[in-house]
Amino acid sequence: MAERAQTSIPTGAAKAEMDAAFEQLYRDRLRDVYSYSYYRVGNHHDAEDLTEQAFLQAYRHFERARRESDGRPLRPWLIRIAHNLASNYHRDKARKPQSPLDNSDPIAAPHGTERIVEGREELKHLMANLENLPDDRRDALIMRFALGMDNREIARALGRTDGATKVLIHRAIKQLEQEMAADE
Amino acid sequence: MSEPGTGPSGPERRDPPSPEIERMLRTALRPIEPPDSLSGRVEETLSAVTEAAAEELSAWAEELSESELAALRDPRNWVRPVAAAAVGGIAGGALVLVEMRRRKRSTGFAALADSVRSRTE
Repeated sequence: MAERAQTSIPTGAAKAEMDAAFEQLYRDRLRDVYSYSYYRVGNHHDAEDLTEQAFLQAYRHFERARRESDGRPLRPWLIRIAHNLASNYHRDKARKPQSPLDNSDPIAAPHGTERIVEGREELKHLMANLENLPDDRRDALIMRFALGMDNREIARALGRTDGATKVLIHRAIKQLEQEMAADE
Repeated sequence: MSEPGTGPSGPERRDPPSPEIERMLRTALRPIEPPDSLSGRVEETLSAVTEAAAEELSAWAEELSESELAALRDPRNWVRPVAAAAVGGIAGGALVLVEMRRRKRSTGFAALADSVRSRTE
């Protein structure tokens, strides 16, 4: 059996090394991908599906991503996959008319803010305003605060320049601050 | 894609957001621990994918004899498969064109007219 595996997969050692590297990435970044997915879709059920899909896609393209990353961390690439999947999720959801059964499903409720902020009114208010931000601003804030990504990582995940990302985050926070002040 | 006003002398420099809003964001956007079941689920799916890929490779390689494998490695033998693929591609393209023309003919009023004609003939 071992002989068969050796003859059938000529790059066996390289593949084993790649699998080990992917496993490490998976262990290190499962929480990041899950957190990002959760804040984008607002429920655990879909966040789990999105996380699984993200890692499957990542595995398929891992070898090329490693080659092209030039030694840079792969977290932005991984989060970009989750970001694209979440965008597809919202696009598909917008196209698909909801049935009464869908509407009655408690886990399909948008953003479980109550659970996240545990009844603290001020934070609930903040989360409600966050949801109303333009998509790119909200996504950048999720990456910054939930995942602790720096400007460069966020720039790579969103496909922007470092400078544009810095401004994007600044404006997102300022908009949030102004809307919070206006509501008071 | 880029935001306007990215220069260091922009309004952002003069008007930083309050640290309070950043503190609130840090509190509200806490990382979410994935459920234990998810970890097992993703690992199972990945294992299934890698096993399927390995089996496919293994079966494919076992079907080929040593001489066939050696022949495959010889670039001189790549011309015929490439030519076959090109011919196949052209034939496929032609089929698609024929199908598109057929569909174009047989939609809407044209289809209705075809149907009426065939019944009266």
